[in-house]
Amino acid sequence: MRARVLVRPKQGILDPQGVAVERALPALGFKGVSEVRIGRLVELEIENPAELEAISSQLLANPLIEDFEIELLEDAPAA
Amino acid sequence: MKTGILRFPGSCDEVDAQLAAQRVGETVLLWHGDRDLQDVDAVIVPGGFSYGDYLRAGAIARFSPVMESVIEFARDGGLVLGICNGFQVLCEAGLLPGALLPNANRRFTFRQVELAVVEGETKFTSACPTDELLSIPAKHGSGRFYADEATLDQLEADGQVVVRYRPEQNFNGSLRDIAGVRNAAGNVFGLMPHPEHAVDALTGSTDGLRIFESMRSAVEGAHV
Repeated sequence: MRARVLVRPKQGILDPQGVAVERALPALGFKGVSEVRIGRLVELEIENPAELEAISSQLLANPLIEDFEIELLEDAPAA
Repeated sequence: MKTGILRFPGSCDEVDAQLAAQRVGETVLLWHGDRDLQDVDAVIVPGGFSYGDYLRAGAIARFSPVMESVIEFARDGGLVLGICNGFQVLCEAGLLPGALLPNANRRFTFRQVELAVVEGETKFTSACPTDELLSIPAKHGSGRFYADEATLDQLEADGQVVVRYRPEQNFNGSLRDIAGVRNAAGNVFGLMPHPEHAVDALTGSTDGLRIFESMRSAVEGAHV
């Protein structure tokens, strides 16, 4: 099965990457953007989706500083 | 005293750590794929970019075969010092509290810092002169110490915050200016600045040597 794990910095933790992007946008003429937060998207194929929770909490995310969400996707249709 | 220094793919400060540890005893380099710690009295997890810092700094190194042995060694009371990337690895491994996040200034930063020794009676700081700052270099991109408020309060109350940056030198945004912490048992210590780069007058400061001398006292005192 295909799955995605979305990893993001926990609320309240300073995200310097997000701050850098937010500050760059006005230079391109985009005004009114705030609260930019940058995380990670992990896409994978997995035989046993029940393992995703452990995989995410033990390796893909550090639960002290990051939250994660697991999204299960339909198998890709045959081309 | 015999000190083992770990070497991961991407380590870069293991030789300086070895040269520093040689000033207080014997040393051996321990390859990340080996489980045998070769009867060392202490382990140093050195600085660098283990496994390319992929995913998060220290996240992959934590699962290497040698770290399984180091975790067991630490649980049995063995002395473990983590420097910079080594500190990140020890946090990821759960041997030390907290986590190291990308610097608040968004830059890899290299500068000499003065550290206040908050706890001078630990196995890693007993040779530090009281009321003197340690002048040693820091160089990292992810050194912002983070733990939640309750954990920070507990660390301070239990004397686990060992070294702090002077507030005006806290370039990475570490909470409560924390530069290094120890575990509750007191046998594992990690810090972001590099004591192994400050052991020879040629490079400006020998303050880092105090950390290695303290470890020797802890080990050789225990043997008496």
